[in-house]
Amino acid sequence: MLLKISELTKTFPGTLALDGVRFDLKAGEVHALLGENGAGKSTLIKCLTGVHQRDHGRIELDGQDISPASTHEAQDLGIGTVYQEVNLLPNLTVAENLTFGRQETRFGMIRTGRMRADAEEMLRGYGLDHVNVGRELATYSVAIQQIIAIARAVALSGKILILDEPTASLDARETETLFDVIRNLRDQGLGIIFVSHFLDQVFELSDRLTVLRNGRHIVTADTAETSRLDLVHHMLGHELQEAEARGTRRAVGEEVIRVRGLGRRGKIDPFDLTVHAGEVIGLAGLLGSGRTETADVLFGRTPPDRGTATDADGEIDLGSPRAAIAAGFGYAPEDRKTDGIIADLSIRENIALALQARRGWASPISRSEQRALADGYIRTLDIRTTDAEKAVGDLSGGNQQKVVLARWLAMNPRFLILDEPTRGIDVGAHAEILKLIGELTEKGMSILLISSEFDELIAASDRVIVVRDRAHISELTGEQIETDRIIAAIATDDAAQGAAP
Amino acid sequence: MNARVLPLCATIAIFLLAYLFCYIQFPAMLSTRVIGNLLTDNAYLGIVAVGMTVVILSGGIDLSVGSVIAFSGVFVAVLLRETDLHPLVVFVLLLAITSAFGAAMGGLIHALAMPSFIVTLAGMFLARGAAYMLTIDSVPIDHVFYDEVLQDAYWRMPGGGRLTLIGIVMLLSVLAGMVLAHRTRFGTAVFALGGGEHTARLMGVSVGRTTVQIYAFSGFMAGLAGIVFSIYTGSGYPLATVGTELTAIATVVIGGTLLTGGAGFVFGTLIGVLTMGLIQTYIVFDGTLSSWWTKIAIGLLLLLFIMLQKGILLLGRRRRTALG
Repeated sequence: MLLKISELTKTFPGTLALDGVRFDLKAGEVHALLGENGAGKSTLIKCLTGVHQRDHGRIELDGQDISPASTHEAQDLGIGTVYQEVNLLPNLTVAENLTFGRQETRFGMIRTGRMRADAEEMLRGYGLDHVNVGRELATYSVAIQQIIAIARAVALSGKILILDEPTASLDARETETLFDVIRNLRDQGLGIIFVSHFLDQVFELSDRLTVLRNGRHIVTADTAETSRLDLVHHMLGHELQEAEARGTRRAVGEEVIRVRGLGRRGKIDPFDLTVHAGEVIGLAGLLGSGRTETADVLFGRTPPDRGTATDADGEIDLGSPRAAIAAGFGYAPEDRKTDGIIADLSIRENIALALQARRGWASPISRSEQRALADGYIRTLDIRTTDAEKAVGDLSGGNQQKVVLARWLAMNPRFLILDEPTRGIDVGAHAEILKLIGELTEKGMSILLISSEFDELIAASDRVIVVRDRAHISELTGEQIETDRIIAAIATDDAAQGAAP
Repeated sequence: MNARVLPLCATIAIFLLAYLFCYIQFPAMLSTRVIGNLLTDNAYLGIVAVGMTVVILSGGIDLSVGSVIAFSGVFVAVLLRETDLHPLVVFVLLLAITSAFGAAMGGLIHALAMPSFIVTLAGMFLARGAAYMLTIDSVPIDHVFYDEVLQDAYWRMPGGGRLTLIGIVMLLSVLAGMVLAHRTRFGTAVFALGGGEHTARLMGVSVGRTTVQIYAFSGFMAGLAGIVFSIYTGSGYPLATVGTELTAIATVVIGGTLLTGGAGFVFGTLIGVLTMGLIQTYIVFDGTLSSWWTKIAIGLLLLLFIMLQKGILLLGRRRRTALG
């Protein structure tokens, strides 16, 4: 056994990130590490690469106890890591990136010829013979940069290679090239830890897999003997209790927005979506499946590069969030701390923000108007605060979410996208927000609800669209909306769908 | 062509075109005399701009250098007046002080994780204040070593032009800067910092040490520029070289270095300095234009280069997305 981790425990203030986790890795295998957000994958990797120090447990490499204190020490021990965002310097040449920190010098001057020769030597066997090591890294595509990063990591460490979401920004052809490189390295006897959200890739590439959930080790198994359904069950676990379906799924209203073939290369495959007045559309899928990407494209955060959206008045411009807002769209993003609220501004200012932006700075909303607006929403949404002048950053998560909602409600959008509106808020507030969603749709607003909690989707949605590997793969309506069907749709083998990631 | 050398080529092309334009109007401008004067008159600016180039390549900025030059001139002048120290000893003392001053700023920038803009702004006031503490008057330098060696040493070029000692010091500084930035591990670390501090750290750059070294180097070059300026003017004056830091930044940008760091050439900075000098020389030759036209020309050139850089960035991004 090349690597053996046992009883690994790591706590952060307030959370137990890893609870007695075990993991092992043989030389010459690809071992996939899987889990949803907060499962503990990153923490495990970071303990292994010296970013975090473990509290308890053992890490044995080649039978020796190790406890790397820095990424450098881990590297010297033989553990190299390649992250999703390429951690090389785009403004340096390929050769400089590959040999960085180890260039040979003579009289303090770098021997350029030797550096290039070393770099070319390091790239041999990766199928990158067309790469000119004297050119800047930025002139090459992300896939090639990724392979160069792998070449550097392998040359520097050479025993274990950790690939953290390496394919997240690659297309199908590039992914295949990368996989050839990885298989080649495996055959050379490297131990490879592969972290990915893409189940198809896990099945295609890995020999074994380990699932973590909530900081605990759930299962380690041979990939060939694991079914997709089992895997998804392992990853989602106890959250899979049968949820109560929405009491009354109402008859759909008239069609308000029609989206045809909307998509963006590398983000989300083209999809169709028809939005009716007063309906809640749920978007289900695993982390990284294309849920947020769908929302980003619909709201112009990453403008679509193909397809159209139309309503009764003709085509809708989705070129920017500003245009989308003008078209009556609203978007409460997943990460409200960085994308949704301005923590230092007051509740009043946060609520008035978007409305003011739409009215233009020439016609300011008077302070008393803002005040009335804020007080109104504090009452109707039951935002728990002493007054409207309190900084939003001082509120609890649920109340912050309500402020984000209030901001959009003040705009009176016809189509509101809510990405994980209940993430990180307590149970009581959770129910209130779901209730609020129901009330809003009664007034004719349409909502796209994104959530990783299936029971929440089932409780609130009129229909559920399932996304996987950045494509919309099926739609469930009425009685079909139940946990098992969603899971089955997520776990369906790709061959049936014919869409490779 | 590699997009990285495009700004440098543009810089050189603009300089040559400008020179051609001047030559057509005033054929006398193509002489070793004019070239020699160009180097002598802009020696201090060239030296300080080399230090500034390294700072900007790392993604920082050093606003203190103008004040440090003034301080250096005053320090040298006052010490030569008050003591019997040999000028060379005074130079060594001064360079030690300005390097340490730069190193201290670099240390603060790293330790406090403060923008270099703020820390060196404080340094700018400190150095200017220190110059005033030494004297408030212009102090003439009256030393036999200055008069007979430093100010009188030159090499007569073919055609009668004088390549003065300070001109040579400037050219050597540029050469040293080129080697340091493009041919040493320190230089690679500087480029790495300019490319992204987080990534640079992951790749093994000792960020703190490199930052200290960068600003120490800039301080050293500012001190050297101060010495050269004192030789050029034969005096020390605390109000001298106000705004030189901004002129130096302008020459670096006109020289094709990306103001956000990570890309550029020290040699380009030399061309930037010469371009500025050329504009001034042209105005002198013309005789009717106000010297403020220099500022306008520099402003336009700066604007041109900033737009050029933006254009290159956009072009590169588009090409990459096209390649996928």
